[in-house]
Amino acid sequence: MNPLVQLAAEEAENPLIPPIPELVIGLIAFLIVFGFLAKKLLPNINKVLEERREAIEGGIEKADAAQTEAQSVLEQYKAQLAEARHEAARMRQEAQEQGAVILQEMRAEGQRQRDEIVAAGHAQIEADRKAAAAALRQDVGKLATDLAGKLVGESLEDHARQSGTVDRFLDELEAKAEAVR
Amino acid sequence: MSADPTQVLAFETDCHIFDGCGFPAPGLHSFLFEPLWGDADSNLYFNKPMLLALLGSIVIVGFFWAAFRKPKVVPGKLQMVAETGYDFIRRGIVHETIGKREGEKYVPLVVSLFFFVWMMNLWSIIPVAQFPVTAIIAYPAVLAAIVYIVWVSLTFKRHGFVGAFKNFTGYDKSLGAVAYLAAAIELFSNLLVRPFTHAVRLFANMFAGHTLLLLFTLASWYLLNGIGFAYAGVSFLMTIVMTAFELFVQALQAYVFVLLTCTYIQGALAEHH
Repeated sequence: MNPLVQLAAEEAENPLIPPIPELVIGLIAFLIVFGFLAKKLLPNINKVLEERREAIEGGIEKADAAQTEAQSVLEQYKAQLAEARHEAARMRQEAQEQGAVILQEMRAEGQRQRDEIVAAGHAQIEADRKAAAAALRQDVGKLATDLAGKLVGESLEDHARQSGTVDRFLDELEAKAEAVR
Repeated sequence: MSADPTQVLAFETDCHIFDGCGFPAPGLHSFLFEPLWGDADSNLYFNKPMLLALLGSIVIVGFFWAAFRKPKVVPGKLQMVAETGYDFIRRGIVHETIGKREGEKYVPLVVSLFFFVWMMNLWSIIPVAQFPVTAIIAYPAVLAAIVYIVWVSLTFKRHGFVGAFKNFTGYDKSLGAVAYLAAAIELFSNLLVRPFTHAVRLFANMFAGHTLLLLFTLASWYLLNGIGFAYAGVSFLMTIVMTAFELFVQALQAYVFVLLTCTYIQGALAEHH
């Protein structure tokens, strides 16, 4: 007889009664799976899943932080730029004002120098004129007296010197010239 | 199951319809295996389901070892597949039923249970193996016993002795005198029937599935004679259909088994009301 048939004939037992050896092997087989998964493999993957979650969230956080920083830097730059513009405008204004002041000062100085030169010139001219007039007066007086002496035939020199005739004459001439002028 | 001496396994004979031999119907004997080693009477033996159980463990551990031994933050293909399975059990079942905070502790148990049961079921349609290990009551019984121990001890730990019994019995004062009857029924249902049904639900499904597959497979062979060829074709088609159906049932039963596990644990953790 076939051994399988024999087996079937002998063991028509209740299929709901578990044989002990199979229980033991079943337990062992499950504990192998549970042991490896619970002690090593699942903690492994949990760690990595956590890392991944952090990596993703961290990435988002980092991006946010970068954006905020970029925004603040931009604002800072804008503020700096505005300040620089303002400063430049202010400096230009100042330079303009200073330039105007300098120009004015220079102008005043020039005017003053011109006036000085003119005044000096006038004074010089006056002095020269006076000297010339004095010299002229002497010369004219001398010439006139000389001439008169020659004409009259006598020396008027001493007399003229003593009486101031020449000066009087010349003063009269001057007065006439003044009146004409 | 009557021990009919004329009954032989189809694979070992050239028995066909109209040849004067009866149909070698599958039965309880289809779930008995001659030991590969040792003596069936001595309780010290090793047979095909045992081999498949241990092999299945190695397959599961091997798979997860390859996938999760050195897991990467950016996963490879294998890790991705394993992660999908893990995530399905962890978030789809455990976190959904027990809750994220309380449930995390039981994730390894439930994940192990699911893949173990599924693998044991899967042997049913893997060529050469072609036997669901869970169709032998011992394997579901062991798993159900582990779950039973876990949730019962958890109930005592969480609620104390009296609290645990209130939890088991669902004792409710507002029921009045009926409360005692309800409590007795609940106690019976929870402590005695529950582990039994938990194991038998899986066992019976796989047992029936395997029997169906056997029936159509054997019939395909047995009917190969004369007009029987037509019937054999239908039977063979049914074998393929049933194989596909079994593939579905195997995953479903594994799912149901761990879902019930989670429900029991959740019940143990829940406050009595």
